[in-house]
Amino acid sequence: MTFESAIFYFFAAVLLGSAAMVVTIRNPVKSALFLVLAFVSAACLWMLLKAEFLAIVLVLVYVGAVMVLFLFVVMMIDVNLAVLRQGFGDYLPVGGLVAVLMVVEIALAVGPKQFAADHLAHAAANAAHPHYSNTRALGLLLYTTYVYPFEIAAVILLVAIIAAIALTMRRRPDTKYQDPARQVEVRAKDRMRIVKMRAEPKA
Amino acid sequence: MVSLSQYLILAAALFAVGVVGVFLNRKNLVVLLMAIELILLAVNLNFVAFSHYLWGMSGQVFVFFILTVAAAESAIGLAILIVLFRNRRTINVDDFDTLKG
Repeated sequence: MTFESAIFYFFAAVLLGSAAMVVTIRNPVKSALFLVLAFVSAACLWMLLKAEFLAIVLVLVYVGAVMVLFLFVVMMIDVNLAVLRQGFGDYLPVGGLVAVLMVVEIALAVGPKQFAADHLAHAAANAAHPHYSNTRALGLLLYTTYVYPFEIAAVILLVAIIAAIALTMRRRPDTKYQDPARQVEVRAKDRMRIVKMRAEPKA
Repeated sequence: MVSLSQYLILAAALFAVGVVGVFLNRKNLVVLLMAIELILLAVNLNFVAFSHYLWGMSGQVFVFFILTVAAAESAIGLAILIVLFRNRRTINVDDFDTLKG
């Protein structure tokens, strides 16, 4: 077993183990944290596949933003776990059967017979370019060939921002707000009265 | 040397774990969303593996767009979840049966 495949098996085991913990563990906070572990080990696998930019984007965007959002929501809403866990294992036999069948079928379809490494000789070509930069290659492609999809992706993110704010924003009647317009309208004579009086010497 | 089929089988196993997660946590809406994230991660792993072994960058560009759409999806999904929780005081999927008639 080469060093590369040892790394692969290690991160694959961590990835599958943490994914299994995500779906089986009782506490949603812990399952969000295990999802973070799953994303990080997937990022390490992407590093192994020489997709450095996407690996770092996965950690920064997914672990840094989306998973924090998940944790935020999980901790904000106060759920009754006992009700949610009722009948937890009811569909485990059926689900497990579906999952095992799916893995076996896909493994038959994509097994070593069809997708062995030596069938695809290009993998070795990667190492031949010492100055190859994954980020540069991706950026060149993204800002030329895929520039319109890139802009559409930006619009999708904008729509997501607006939708998330529009859905969750509400004005509560009992909360105290500052009204800047009324604050700047205030004049000194409304608030303060100057009283003329004679100076009285100290006795 | 790690072969492409190993990555593909790993992605298939990850996908299956995500599907089992949908089966198991069919009441807890938050964990359902997390299972969908796992499924998307499996798909992305497939794209990156193919991109590496076929020596083409298009797969990675596609992963970039999938990440964008998945981030938007989870942001809107969690916003809807919060609005639901605010109105119904629960995230149990069984309680959201108003449209059943």
